Amino acid sequence: MNEGLRERLGEMLEQVSGFIYPNEIEIHWSILIVVYPYLTGLVAGAFILASLVKVFNAEDVRPTYRLSLLTALAFLLIAPLPLQFHLAQPLRAYEIFLTPNLTSDMAMFGFVYAWYLMGVLLLELWFEYRRDLVVWARQEAFPMSFIHRALSLFSTDTSEPALAFDRKAIKVITVIGIPSAFLLHGYVGFIFGSVKANPWWGSVLMPIVFLMSAIVSGIALVMFLYMILTPLRGEPIDMRCLDKLASYLFYAVIVDFSLEALDFIHRLYQSEESIHILGTLIANKLFMSLFVIQILLGMLLPVAIMVAVKSFSLSAELRKLLYFTAIILIQLGIFATRWNVVIGGQLFSKSFRGLTTYKMEVVGIEGLITALVLLALPFVVLLILLKVLPPWRKAEA
Amino acid sequence: MDQDKRDLLKGLILFIPAGGVIGALAKAVAAPAAAAGKEASARPETPGYDPTNHYYGMGIEVGKCIGCNRCVEACKQENDVPREPFFFRTWVERYVIKKDRSVVVETVGLKKEKRKEVVDQEDTLRSFFIPKLCNHCANPPCVQVCPVDATWSTEDGAVLVDKNRCIGCRYCIQACPYGARYLHPETRTADKCTFCYHRVVKGLLPACVEVCPTQARIFGDLKSQASRLVRFERMNKIHVLKPDLNTQPKVYYSGLDGEVR
Repeated sequence: MNEGLRERLGEMLEQVSGFIYPNEIEIHWSILIVVYPYLTGLVAGAFILASLVKVFNAEDVRPTYRLSLLTALAFLLIAPLPLQFHLAQPLRAYEIFLTPNLTSDMAMFGFVYAWYLMGVLLLELWFEYRRDLVVWARQEAFPMSFIHRALSLFSTDTSEPALAFDRKAIKVITVIGIPSAFLLHGYVGFIFGSVKANPWWGSVLMPIVFLMSAIVSGIALVMFLYMILTPLRGEPIDMRCLDKLASYLFYAVIVDFSLEALDFIHRLYQSEESIHILGTLIANKLFMSLFVIQILLGMLLPVAIMVAVKSFSLSAELRKLLYFTAIILIQLGIFATRWNVVIGGQLFSKSFRGLTTYKMEVVGIEGLITALVLLALPFVVLLILLKVLPPWRKAEA
Repeated sequence: MDQDKRDLLKGLILFIPAGGVIGALAKAVAAPAAAAGKEASARPETPGYDPTNHYYGMGIEVGKCIGCNRCVEACKQENDVPREPFFFRTWVERYVIKKDRSVVVETVGLKKEKRKEVVDQEDTLRSFFIPKLCNHCANPPCVQVCPVDATWSTEDGAVLVDKNRCIGCRYCIQACPYGARYLHPETRTADKCTFCYHRVVKGLLPACVEVCPTQARIFGDLKSQASRLVRFERMNKIHVLKPDLNTQPKVYYSGLDGEVR
């Protein structure tokens, strides 16, 4: 047996308080499984923000439309990696696509992912960029001309009826895309919410809570990117757009907070068998990550900031600073939310009699460094996407 | 719409269902192969053994267990379970309910130094041992969640894992309410009690049952009226673990205390 594992489990044995089933000493879903719902949440959130522009004609946030789509794509491309790295038999991953067990919610991953990537996101991006790709390809030199021509799938038509069709297609795809984004992240919530063995996870609200927190994190991420990228390009930040984004964010956080509060109160009031161990869990093991980071820093403080911005007429510079602080805190809070669900759900015994500890590896395949790399990778992908498909460059016909 | 785009859309319309058809075909091709594989492991070539004639379960007579841990030792030896105290196909829990009604539980043999501690008789209201193992549920949540069908229920009532198929996602471990599964550190696949299936199909008893000095474990066939298990069911008031989860366990306890989970 692997010496490192033996040592780690031996140390954890010392950390157990109360009684746990002996097989529960190993925490099976590591930080990579925290990263996975965090990434897919950002995908779903960014896409839903983009949809607001197309479906609900939210003109104020139009400057972030293409950026949102590209962000969703960049994060979606990386989202399966933490799962892949987490598998104990990574070379057998293909089995989930070839011979899925139809009673398994996890087996739906391949279908949900493929549908969202190819049926929604790539299709919408193609219709959105098609005209620009055609025009860019005509104006540019090799190799960019070829890349853009290939990305346009060698289409050449920029006539008005063709463009009208593009617009119509985008609208249809977006309408299909919203439930698809809900499906993508709701599905991730369902993976946890459907586990009846685990009272911390098993809740019908889980998919909805996941979804709302996804919208929160997605909007916050696009705001973050918009606030970083626009000054880098030497352009002024459109304050109307930023205020509107902050406003959406504010309402999303309120709904998210209410749902989580409902879940919490419901558990407390129902006071089932598991309530004692869950109480001990949040008081002992999750105090910092739940009360301090998720609720206080990740929700209440950003809400207070946004209330302050709404209440007083502050200068644009000060607003930017406050928004920036709020969105960083929100990202931290949402990451803590994922942590509290995934890791928190494994820190108590299903005998409801004891708690264990998660000792994170640093360098291993399921360690901190891998997690950080996986969190950074989508930004690298996004950088490439921004180079190839600049969202702010409208082609002159 | 120009011709190009029309062709492309036509292509797309054909392509998307085509993907589904290819997927279905792949499944159709792979399924018999998988089923054949399963059958091979589920039905070892044992002359005269017909799984449809059997339906296995286990009885535990709580009052008879003395916590000697021989079942655990035998199981580890029989089934190549790692010796380290983090992996168990079966284990024994010791419950001590004190006079102040507080409950102390520990796994027998987990902490060597603790074994020497003698329970303070003055302080104890009641005390007993509970052998635990996979419940081979009739409605197993682990089988439901496995994304690749690597774990399944056999016709004769055992829940098995195909280690050549398991991808190691560990969803089954999360879904098991009894903590009966672990990730085998050598094979890197999910592992659990099989009722010693390789022995049972040859008419032998599971190793834990074979070595139990007090006959606290009763293995048998629920389809045979003559089996010891059916007699056990007839003679005792029995209970299963966590019945509210509707997993329908097939490990039956007699004299089970309400404190046990």
